[in-house]
This record gives sequence, C-alpha cells and structure tokens, in this order.
Amino acid sequence: MEQQANCTACLLGTPEQEAKLRAVIEQSKSTPGCLMHILQEAQAIYGFLPMPVQKTIAEGLGISLSEVYGVVTFYSQFSLTPKGKHRISVCLGTACYVKGSDKILEEVEKELGIKCGECTADGLFSIDSCRCVGACGLAPVMMIGEEVYGKLTPDKVKGILDSYREESK
Amino acid sequence: MADMINLKINNIPVSVPAGSTILDAARVAHVEIPTLCYLKDVSCVGSCRMCLVEATGARGLVAACVYPVSEGMEVKTNTEKCRKSRKTSLELMLSKHKKECLSCERAGNCELQRLSVEYNCDPHRFEGETETHPLDLSAPYVVRDRDKCINCNRCVAACKKQAVGAIGPIGRGYNVHIGSAFEMTLMESVCVGCGQCIVACPVGALKERTTVDEVWSAIADPEKKVVFFTAPSVRATLGEAFGLPVGTNVEGKMVAAIRRLGDVEVFNMDITADLTIMEEASELINRIKTNGTMPMFTSCCPAWVKFVEQKHPEIIPHLSTCKSPQEMFGGLLKTYYCEKNGIDPKNLYVVSVIPCTAKKYECKRPEMQGEVDAAITTRELARMIKTAGITFNTLPEEAFDDPFATCSGGGTIFGATGGVMEAALRVAAKMMDGKFEVVDFPAVRGTAPIKEATYNVAGHTVRVAVASGLQNAETVLGQIATGEKAYDFIEIMACPGGCVNGGGQPTLPDSIRNTEDLKSLRAQALYASDEKNSLRRSSDSPVMDMLYGEYFGAPNSHKAHKVLHTSYKADKRI
Repeated sequence: MEQQANCTACLLGTPEQEAKLRAVIEQSKSTPGCLMHILQEAQAIYGFLPMPVQKTIAEGLGISLSEVYGVVTFYSQFSLTPKGKHRISVCLGTACYVKGSDKILEEVEKELGIKCGECTADGLFSIDSCRCVGACGLAPVMMIGEEVYGKLTPDKVKGILDSYREESK
Repeated sequence: MADMINLKINNIPVSVPAGSTILDAARVAHVEIPTLCYLKDVSCVGSCRMCLVEATGARGLVAACVYPVSEGMEVKTNTEKCRKSRKTSLELMLSKHKKECLSCERAGNCELQRLSVEYNCDPHRFEGETETHPLDLSAPYVVRDRDKCINCNRCVAACKKQAVGAIGPIGRGYNVHIGSAFEMTLMESVCVGCGQCIVACPVGALKERTTVDEVWSAIADPEKKVVFFTAPSVRATLGEAFGLPVGTNVEGKMVAAIRRLGDVEVFNMDITADLTIMEEASELINRIKTNGTMPMFTSCCPAWVKFVEQKHPEIIPHLSTCKSPQEMFGGLLKTYYCEKNGIDPKNLYVVSVIPCTAKKYECKRPEMQGEVDAAITTRELARMIKTAGITFNTLPEEAFDDPFATCSGGGTIFGATGGVMEAALRVAAKMMDGKFEVVDFPAVRGTAPIKEATYNVAGHTVRVAVASGLQNAETVLGQIATGEKAYDFIEIMACPGGCVNGGGQPTLPDSIRNTEDLKSLRAQALYASDEKNSLRRSSDSPVMDMLYGEYFGAPNSHKAHKVLHTSYKADKRI
C-alpha cells in the first residue's frame, strides 16, 4: 500500500500505456461527467483498473479515490483484477441457467483451477459470468473472446479449452 | 422580496419563498416530517425514503427533503400510505442492522431507534441473510462498525464536504456498503481524523475510539497523579449532554464534575492557548521582520496538519512550528510542572478533554512522546460524569486549580473560528506597536466560511484570512496558488465553525441540528466569556509572566522551542 501510494508512476504499466491514459484524462477532464468515459478508456488500455490507474484518474480529475472506486465497483463492466488472453464468459441468464449453465461454470472453474472473476497464473484464461448474450436458442452458452459456444454440456468444456491451449503453444 | 408560494401542509396554509422544499414548508407549519439521510448543510439526497409524503400534482409519494413546493400544492404528511411506507423502509433497514441497542453508545440518542419506536416497527419482520464484519479499529481516533451502518451516506457527504473523501459507497445492490477505496482501513486512507463523520452519523456506526477505561484505571492507581485539562470549547458544549440549552457555558460545573471523578487536579487549557498565542505571534513577527516563509498558517488543529501532510505537503514550511495547545500543555506538565513539584513524569497521568477526535491521533504521534496520556472527547467526559453518578446540573460552580487557572479572553475564544486569529492579532499588534490598544477584531468573528481583513500595524500591512471547514481551506489554498489572493497570516480550523463544532462534541438529535445554528450559539458562549474577562490579551495573563519568568525566558527561546514547538513530515496520499 505504502509503496503504491508513493509511486503511482512506476506501476502504470508500459510508458505507452501511461502516456495513453494521461492523454485520455487530459482530453476529457473538462467535460462534466467524464469519469465513466475515462474509466472505459482506461480499462481498454490496461484490461482492468488497478489502484495506480484509479489513483492517476482521481488525481487528474481532482476527485477522491473513494469516488472513483465507488463508480468502478458499482458497474459490472469494470474489473479490479487482470483478465486473461482468452476471456471466458459463462451465461447465467434465465434460459441458460434453467438449462444447467451453473454446471458449465463449475466445470470451467474445476478445469482451470480458478474461481469466477479470477485469472489463471499463466494469464491465458479468465472467467466471468454474464447475463444473456442473446443466444437463448443455444442455451446453455459461453463465450470465449468473441466466439460463442452453445448447447454445452460439462463434458464438452475440456475439449474447448484444450483447443485454446494448443493454439497458444 | 423573493416570490412567495402558497400551499397547504396537512390543511395548514403556509407561504414560503419559491425554491423551498416541502420539508422547509412543513417546518413553517410546525409539522415535523421524519428524516434519516437528510442533515442540514451536509446531506440532502432523498435516498432514505423516510420523508415520503403525498403531494397534489405528484405521482406516488415524494421525498419532502428534495421536492420543491408549487403554488396551490396540498401536502399530506401523515396518511396511512405515508406511515406504511416509512414503516416498511425502517423494517428493511432494521433487517440488516446489528441490534446491539442495549449498550450501543447511541442508545437513547439514535435516529433509527427513535423512528422505530415512533412507527411501532417489528425489527424481525424481514429475517434474511445477514453478514458480520469486523470493526475497523485501525485508527486511534474513530471506530467504524459496518454492521450498524444504514447506508444513509451522511458520513460520506460530511467527508466530501471536508474535501477529504476518505469514504464512499462501494459496490451495488444488497452488497453496497460504506468504506474506503480498495477496502483500505481508515488509517491507510486519506482520513484526517476530524470526526465530522461521527457527528453526522444518525446511528452508532461511527464513534470515537474511547480511552475512558484507561483513564479510570489511572485514577484508581495510587502510584499515579492524574491531572485533567479542558479545551476552551468543552465548557460551551458539555451542558448539552445533560439537557441544557445549546450555548450554555458550564465552566464552573464542568470543573466541579471532573474534580468529583476522583483524586484529580483540573487545569484550564485556555492557558496553553494563551501560550500558543505568545509563541505564534512572536513567530509571525519574526517571519515578517526576517522575510521568512510567508504566508504563515496556524498549526493548532491536528486534522488540518494531517490534511497538509497528506494532501498539500508543499505547505509544510508555511505551517507555524507551534505545537497545539493540547501538546503544549502535555509538554509543560511533563517538564515544568513535574520539575517544580518534584514529580517523576512517569507517574504523572495527563488527560486532555477535547472537542476533537484528531487530537486522539495527535497525542499518539511519535514526536509528541506521549506527553498527553489520554485525550478524551466532550462525549467521553459526559459519559464518565454519568458513570460516576454525578448530578451535573445541581453541582456548584468551582474554579480551576492553580497554577493553571487564570487565562485571558484570547485563550477562551480559541474554540471558535476566528478566535485564534483574533487572539494572535491582539498580541502581535501590541508586540509590534506598544501603543496599540485595540482588542476587538470583529472582521474575523462569525461563522462565515472564509473571512478576510487587512490591518496596518507599526508600518506593516498585515493581510489575514480565516477559514473553517477543510473545503474552505482548500479554496483559500487554491486562491493563493493562482495568485488571486495574498495573505500574511491564515487561521485554519478543520471543522466548520471551529472546535465548537468539532467531531468530539455531543451528538444532538436531528430535530435540533436541522433547526438551530449550533456553530453560532456555541461560539457566543465563548465570546461572552471573553468580553467579561478583564484580561483580553494573552500577554496580559499573570500565568504567562510566571511561565516565561520562571522557565522559558522569552517566546521562541531555545527552551520554548524544545518544549513548545514541533515539526511535520510529508506523507502524500491520494
């Protein structure tokens, strides 16, 4: 905590990422209600919103860190933890849920050894749940990146994940 | 004259200025609408749904604290529909509330409890998932109990109004709770310890970290000599804890009550307020004459000092090096007083009674070397008096103990915004020009957020500013930084209105807080005492002659620097 408080710059990712973030803040800071936009841009730059990024935004806008953090934790679109190269999103919407998507999520968690909301140590996968991707006819559904996998059963999960593992080798 | 709007509240015709809310109009009609999240001058968001009323022209019930009145409007505040809605809202709040009401420090003085009784609530109507969370005990000045919090956000509004923003709502829906960013503890956060959140809280979710038990132990310890001293503003507020009207000066009864807590001596902290002035006025003159770092800011408020160290470390060279009156007294007692009376400082237990929570933190700062053993708030003193079975209101008036009894009026007004400035001006002007006899400086009095004045003394122009409330301090700092304003001497008090409105003062019911001007009423008690005092200038006090004659030599002497001055350390936080 101490180190982060005194050294926001060194934890702001690559110099390119930091320059982009500072440019976004500078461009938007005079627009009322710019916080949401800046947070979305920041998440696009970093993939998530760690403390140094939120501190830089708070300082840049002259608002408190608790105000920034309050907005980040209010909206499910923002993440406090890093995301994997392949972002898995298991639909827990009504249709998928009644078709057993909780079992799919359980299987993904078991297979990767992490919980929903977390990222694997090698940075390859992260798991999140979502509410309806608009493919209820294919329920239960999960997405990996932009790819949709439908009519899933727990035994299909390992094969799908393996194909991504192969691809990364 | 402003446009007036005519409307009826419960069939009572009233006329109120355009822009008033239904809540304002109801007050004019002598109708009380219940509120929880509303607090005058602090919070007005319409989120708790307690003030819901029926109003013509509105769909459904509306929140009276934010809904503007309109011509011909008819408002009903006490219908079946209103009562049912309020009761359900209360029962939902109670479903998640830690019902520790038997021993909760706010029992009998809790807004949630009062309304739950008035609305005949069933605290167990909604039994559902409940969670327990540990207390935040990280700070030596305040304790947060999340399980008692009702998410009214009054503390958040108070903290934001202080330009600190250490706390805010986190999460969404059922999981929403108040906390610091990244779930930091208060001690890790940007909190400055002013305690304005405590006096804003309608329930017992925030309270001071009490040291009452340690004080009782010290009193019971035959090895220890226990001395109390009371801050200027405590006499102006302690009576409120015993049902006396706001603004009653209870100095004599307060001294009598403390004396009856045990074998203790009771001193007057107004004396080290005088001492602060002697040192601070000399420092100011010295800075003016030697082209030192200017402007100079006062340093007697520990929450302001913490705010500077954390948010504006660049201001540190501008802070007076004077310790606060509390720490000057601690230093004085553990050196001069112990030496004079042959007491081993280890056996002297020093208790300060202060209107403040930040002073609890201040006396734990390492450089203060534990000179003050315990700092207790006005509220804690009231509790000790009650525990001891002392019938406060029937006590005789008694005087402080020698040698720390006689103060100047300048020391007394320290407790109100502008008081330190006025006391300093009285002394500094006289030091610079021996013929200067003015002791009243009305321009720096009153509860305005920022006050300014310019004085010409002995060929020097002295531009002064006074700000209370850290948001206003922030404004002054901004104006100085942009060059818009220039001053020589600036008084800052973290709490709006100064110490009389401190975070350790008695918590009054909303019905009083929302209708009376506590800051002015309490300050008036101090200014009345100043006016009656034949000694107006700190330098006129015989105690100052004694201290400088017997011990310190002169203001800002080497010995004075050792005992009465301090230094600060940057601790930049975001």
